Amino acid sequence: MAESNKFKKVGSVFLATSLLAGVLAGCGTGDGKESNSSSGGKSDSDTIKIGANLELSGPVASYGSSIGQGAELAVKEINDAGGIDGKKIELIKVDNKSENAESASQAMKLITQDKVVAMLSPATSGNTIATVQIANENKIPIVGAAATAPNITVNEDGSINEYAFRTCFIDPFQGTVAANFAVDELDAKNVAIFADNASDYAKGLAAAFKETIEEKGGKVVGEEAYVAKDTDFKTTLTRIKASNPDFVFIPGYYEEVGLIIKQARELGIDVPLMGADGWDSPKLVELAGAKALDNTYITNHYSAEDPEEKIQSFVAAFKKEFSDKSPDAFNALGYDSIYFLKDAIERAGSTDGDKIQQALADTKDLTVVTGKFTVDKNHNPVKTATVLEYVDGKQKFNSKVNP
Amino acid sequence: MGASEFALFFSVKEAVKGVKVMEWIQQLINGVSLGSIYALIALGYTMVYGIIKLINFAHGDVFMIGGFIGFYAMVRWDMGFIPALLLAMILCAVFGVIIERVAYKRLRNSTRIAALITAIGVSLLIEYTVVFFRGAQPEGYPDLFVEKNITILGVQISKTSILILAVSIVLMLLLQFIVQKTKIGKAMRAVSHDADAARLMGINVDNTISATFAIGSALAGAAGVIFGVYYTKVDPFMGIIPGLKAFVAAVLGGIGIIPGAMVGGMLLGVVETFVSALGFSLWRDAAAFIILILILIFRPEGIFGKNTREKV
Repeated sequence: MAESNKFKKVGSVFLATSLLAGVLAGCGTGDGKESNSSSGGKSDSDTIKIGANLELSGPVASYGSSIGQGAELAVKEINDAGGIDGKKIELIKVDNKSENAESASQAMKLITQDKVVAMLSPATSGNTIATVQIANENKIPIVGAAATAPNITVNEDGSINEYAFRTCFIDPFQGTVAANFAVDELDAKNVAIFADNASDYAKGLAAAFKETIEEKGGKVVGEEAYVAKDTDFKTTLTRIKASNPDFVFIPGYYEEVGLIIKQARELGIDVPLMGADGWDSPKLVELAGAKALDNTYITNHYSAEDPEEKIQSFVAAFKKEFSDKSPDAFNALGYDSIYFLKDAIERAGSTDGDKIQQALADTKDLTVVTGKFTVDKNHNPVKTATVLEYVDGKQKFNSKVNP
Repeated sequence: MGASEFALFFSVKEAVKGVKVMEWIQQLINGVSLGSIYALIALGYTMVYGIIKLINFAHGDVFMIGGFIGFYAMVRWDMGFIPALLLAMILCAVFGVIIERVAYKRLRNSTRIAALITAIGVSLLIEYTVVFFRGAQPEGYPDLFVEKNITILGVQISKTSILILAVSIVLMLLLQFIVQKTKIGKAMRAVSHDADAARLMGINVDNTISATFAIGSALAGAAGVIFGVYYTKVDPFMGIIPGLKAFVAAVLGGIGIIPGAMVGGMLLGVVETFVSALGFSLWRDAAAFIILILILIFRPEGIFGKNTREKV
């Protein structure tokens, strides 16, 4: 299964983060609009250059171009409102072809030739990691819009990548959110976990979920695992059923989760099931069937249906700019990343890399479309997650859960 | 401990035990359903091996093709389950014969390793041709039944499990009938016993081998459709693991022996299910292959095999 393996390897996590189905098909346009880097006439003092090292072609082009659209809209709004301290932002988009090596060389190009003051990193965690070292060495802050792997900001040995930041929450956080939601909203007491044992993403979520559930006084009555590409889950589900859970947490990707949900319902497991952004694909609805998906929930970065005013005005502005396309999570995260940078540059009062880095690290209670966030000591945002519920096979906004 | 507490203690214990029994019956049903799919695929492996001593690794892909034919028949052409099953069986039979005629026939007198490697090549060719034409994404099978379960004595049994079992038993009985009672069956047994002697007796060996491929492939096609119905997903690589497991089942029962494939398949399905049921779900696949290794070490001729010496 070359295609999906590639997804899992390259960008395990962000595969998950595609919000809406049609989005994958709908956001291929506008890729060709790479800004010309040789902005000859303008001197550096006129504009603030922000690089955007994105997947504009290749297998995950839809993620990169979605972030690009969001960022463009944010830049346009900021410039129309007078820019940052009177200086306009110039967004320099480059195409990393969804490749690790190309991501690294494009990062070098943005820093050395275009002399950007900060960069948006590629959409996928894998491609972003390829640019982190370059950012650190050149002291240019990078902001990952959708790179959710924990090791982008914190290395395995616990040291921080000084110049790496992100706008999205990290994977394990979704497990915490799901546990809070299960206990507070669904009154779950005895929960079961059924996790994909082949992915770090799912294992991280499962561990965070378990920890939070136990902290909140819930009991984990069943803990089972499967391996990606399995098709027979009935045996394990029969075991889970026998442990009588009132809630089942299933972190994993849609291909297996679709079958798990269907087989669970067939075996008479009628309790709420919950997962994370890895479920988010139209294929899930196809594989599981709309009926089996009733009473299931996922956590995600944002919902276009969220009634909050900030979100609705963003949705309206985005639809106006991009011919009535409803913005997905990548669009929103790209948009927020620019505002995250704008806020930091304003507070730093300078375009010096060190000062922007310090300001980014000090960000506190910044309100953006995907929620209010504060950057923690590991350079990860502490922010709200959105819980969506499947109703008749469609995602409906349910609630927001604070960390 | 007072008398009433004592009684309570026992009733609780009984209840716990009761739940356990129900759980195990359900697991047994899961295992038999899985086992009958393995058995149907294993039959094709074993028949082909019995007649031309070839491990047909493309067999799992015929199973996959059957799954897709069933899917398109039910979803695109609105056919019912039985017509879709029959269509998949017929088309897979034709497909199996084509594979045999194109890829294996000319290798009949070459070394067995040449044929084996060709089989692996054919397997990859089929998989990636399917990927080329429709992509690697999976398809979800439609639901057959609105009300999915029936409850018998407190055990929930899914209707698809019963359907799978019924279809498998009918097909296996049919196969036994063909092999034991018909002329072509007699010819198949004769060719598998000694192809040259059979030819001398006026049996058309080529046609007999083709018939074997046709029957084996039809069974794989049927397995593909019921797999799709039971597990609700088909994809271009779905044949690899079930194919390998069915191979294990065939070896377990004694490769080349038809009842051996049935028993081997069922046994493997039940063993795998019980391994997961005991909480070792990650060891399930390993269990199948550990069985293969043990069989090869201690009883290479399989459960039903006779210990014959290699002919020189």
